[in-house]
Amino acid sequence: MSADLYTVYLPFLLEIGTEEIPDWMIPTALENLRLLFEKLEIPHDSVTLDATPRRLVLRSEGLPERQADSEEKVLGPAKSAPPQAVAGFARKQGVTPEALAIESTPKGEYYTFVKKVPGRAIKDILAESLPGVVLGIYFPKTMYWTAKSGPRFIRPIRWIVALLGQEIVPFEIAGVRSGALSSGHRRLGAREIAVTVADYEQRLRDHYVILSAEERRTKIQREWKDVHVKPDPSLLETLVYLTEFPTPIAGSFDAEFLALPEEVLVTVMRHHQKYFSVAGEGGKLAPQFVAVMNIPSDPEGFVRRGNERVLRARFNDARFFWETDQKKKLADRVDDLAHVTFQAKLGSYLEKTKRMMKLAAELGGDAQAVRAAELSKCDLTTELVKEFTELQGVVGGLYARTQGESEPVWQAIYDHYKPESMEDSIPRNRTGQIVALADKLDTLRGCFAVGLIPTGSRDPFALRRAAQGVVKILVEAELEIELWPLIADNTELKAFFEDRVKFYFKDIRGFAYDEINAAMAAGWSNLVDLEARLARIQNLRHSPDFEPLAASFKRIKNILEQAKFVGEGTVDPSLLEPGPEKDLYEESRRIAGQPIESAIARLRPKVDLFFDKVLVNAPDARVRHNRLTLLNTLLREFSTIADFSEIVTSS
Amino acid sequence: MQTFQDIIFKLKQYWAERGCIIQEPYDVQVGAGTMCPETFLRVLGPKPYRVAYVQPSRRPADGRYGDNPNRLYKHSQLQVILKPSPDDVIEQYLGSLEAIGIDLRKHDIKFEEDNWEAPTLGAWGIGWQVMLDGLEITQFTYFQQCGGIDLEVVPAELTYGLERLTAFLQVKDSVYDIDWTPEFTYRDVRYLDELQYSVYNFEMADIATLWKLFDLHEAEAARLLKAYDPKSADKRRFPLLPAYDHVLNCSNIFNTLDARGAISVTERVGVIQRVRKLAVGVAQAWMDQQSPAVAEVAR
Repeated sequence: MSADLYTVYLPFLLEIGTEEIPDWMIPTALENLRLLFEKLEIPHDSVTLDATPRRLVLRSEGLPERQADSEEKVLGPAKSAPPQAVAGFARKQGVTPEALAIESTPKGEYYTFVKKVPGRAIKDILAESLPGVVLGIYFPKTMYWTAKSGPRFIRPIRWIVALLGQEIVPFEIAGVRSGALSSGHRRLGAREIAVTVADYEQRLRDHYVILSAEERRTKIQREWKDVHVKPDPSLLETLVYLTEFPTPIAGSFDAEFLALPEEVLVTVMRHHQKYFSVAGEGGKLAPQFVAVMNIPSDPEGFVRRGNERVLRARFNDARFFWETDQKKKLADRVDDLAHVTFQAKLGSYLEKTKRMMKLAAELGGDAQAVRAAELSKCDLTTELVKEFTELQGVVGGLYARTQGESEPVWQAIYDHYKPESMEDSIPRNRTGQIVALADKLDTLRGCFAVGLIPTGSRDPFALRRAAQGVVKILVEAELEIELWPLIADNTELKAFFEDRVKFYFKDIRGFAYDEINAAMAAGWSNLVDLEARLARIQNLRHSPDFEPLAASFKRIKNILEQAKFVGEGTVDPSLLEPGPEKDLYEESRRIAGQPIESAIARLRPKVDLFFDKVLVNAPDARVRHNRLTLLNTLLREFSTIADFSEIVTSS
Repeated sequence: MQTFQDIIFKLKQYWAERGCIIQEPYDVQVGAGTMCPETFLRVLGPKPYRVAYVQPSRRPADGRYGDNPNRLYKHSQLQVILKPSPDDVIEQYLGSLEAIGIDLRKHDIKFEEDNWEAPTLGAWGIGWQVMLDGLEITQFTYFQQCGGIDLEVVPAELTYGLERLTAFLQVKDSVYDIDWTPEFTYRDVRYLDELQYSVYNFEMADIATLWKLFDLHEAEAARLLKAYDPKSADKRRFPLLPAYDHVLNCSNIFNTLDARGAISVTERVGVIQRVRKLAVGVAQAWMDQQSPAVAEVAR
């Protein structure tokens, strides 16, 4: 019966040949391709994924040639059915009635037949499903290229290799038929290369395509080892996926450009030219750069000289802008901000600046903070920032420094866009922290007020990042600023912040979600206080008494809710029953005002005993009310640090 | 050495051999070759088209009085439209670089993601900036939408920056030093243009007059668009092309006003919307006007 002995196992190769895919999308696309392939549920041993800008490749080993045969039991007529019906069923299954079995089921005895379903060829299954797999890969922005009605992909698909063992898995996407022809490097390789599963990688290598990203990365790093390249993993990753045959080359620039701020030089090299910076003596910038080209060598120096000229022109521009900008001080540029739009509905940057100055003062900022807020956006009118927008803030800070602003002020301007991500640091000084808060809060309040609220993945004004930045600054700079009064007049903004606070403490700080819910239920306007309470709850959780007590609090809350208890009065001791009820009352009086940490061990047995022995729902209305009051007092006593009923207990 | 005009001749020849109509520059001021009717209107609808032309492109705000070695008020684009885009369009493009003497086995070519967008035209596409030894030499775009209309057939648009490309090939650090012919440099031909237009655009353009002109062109385009009747039997006679010229005028005047610093914060977005509305209006009417052609193609 077992077909396994005869099953043939085959290797599989899929190469989707495209025009140049944006480098940053490639790793995610590969992971997506893996998931889609695994969803096909074809048995296999291993999956390997590779990519260059022009190909996404999946290789897998050990696919069976066919699916295993399977059996399916078909239920026929009841044993009591007339013989014609039985004969009819047998005929339908292609056998004589003698071949049928009789089986007893809960409904009685029935004829059955075990049908053999032959397994399908894996090649057929792949041919059927691969178009869906390929076109199912998720990309952030897709295009169509054959016609509006045609398929969408990240860039046009130009060839497809699909081989199962020796055979082509036949299918077609956008007029491209799968085959066994790959394609080499655009200019150093052949346009068409016949490949097999076995020689695929070597054939590509012969045609100047290094398939493995890891190998391309290592090649770059190995070949630049004589130069002191400043590490830049994300730029390296970009270049690994921008090339099929990467080779680093070092170039140089005139040392006189080193008079420009390092920030400017690095930005030009990194963001505009994708060059690595080189460290000289004492970690300073050396007048050198490393570019990564997509060919193996540059014997005549064409590529090096070309890149050097481009960089010289760029640096000349930057120097020209730097010098021009110095002719007008930042302080003299404030009024020019009237001509720079912040947002159509929210007016100009001049208006924003005025709001920020006011807000900086409200947030407790001193004269320096207000001054920094006043100058913070002025660099938007400089030529250097118009050219290198990613240097906004930094350029303002550098100009403020050369123009004699105090250290807190220039550093605040320099830093006020921070943190630009959750990994980024917060502004280095208090002045910068206040200005950064004023900037972000103003953007958030303004945008929410005019209905520019992020939805799903659409967040054109980066409001999530702004709110996340506010949270991070408040907590990490330990600023005891009440957040609610600043955002409370907009319920959507408050809800938005609530999510950001939760995200920060859960995903960045690693608190459990129920601890966060519990602590936030007791308020989250002061985030420094919230952090302290969260730390306490996290600590308390180690106590063996904590979860049972939390469960009791949940019970208390339920009881109070069911009784629709709204009593504000105090407990009447004369109505207390001696024993567990009175004991709990006395314990609660003793621990009043004490931190929960020291009370928890003594309180828990009293609460347990109370629930064990005392009926809250006493027949006498006064007694019942008194008991509810006791529970309510207890609950309120501890709910200033958290609502413990939010804690998820294991019981 | 290849002169500026040699390079233009060779590129035109190359694309002519690949079935392109070689057009002359459009005679209304534009900010980019894309805005010419040869691109903006021809990419609409199902009819195949292939065209190449050099288009002087005016960007008033980029003027630098002839002082900056790389920045020009008016630069020359070689605009190529291949509709539909052939499967080997990138190979053809690389071939054009080889036709002007660039040995691509010895130079570094990279295609870096850059999706082009022109809000005033309601147009966008997917593509790359093509980098040659670190220098951006071409914008390569698969058009997806134009005049707010999803395109039925996807054209490839290649836009070469001719001054940059020539400076690269002639190894010149300033575009003004490139040889237009063996006898004349780019400076000889263009310097006064750059100087005088910078003075006009930044200093002397009369703002009130420009606004008046803007309003006049806008009103004329709008009047025509309003008069267009899709049900009319002889709608092919209707002057949509002249209407579009008025839109181009609006766009250029807007750019001049912007360079002059005359467009306030609140106005800016609104003015872009006004131009866009006209451009989209022309595109839609044009699609309708061409619709009998759809039937012809089908037959």
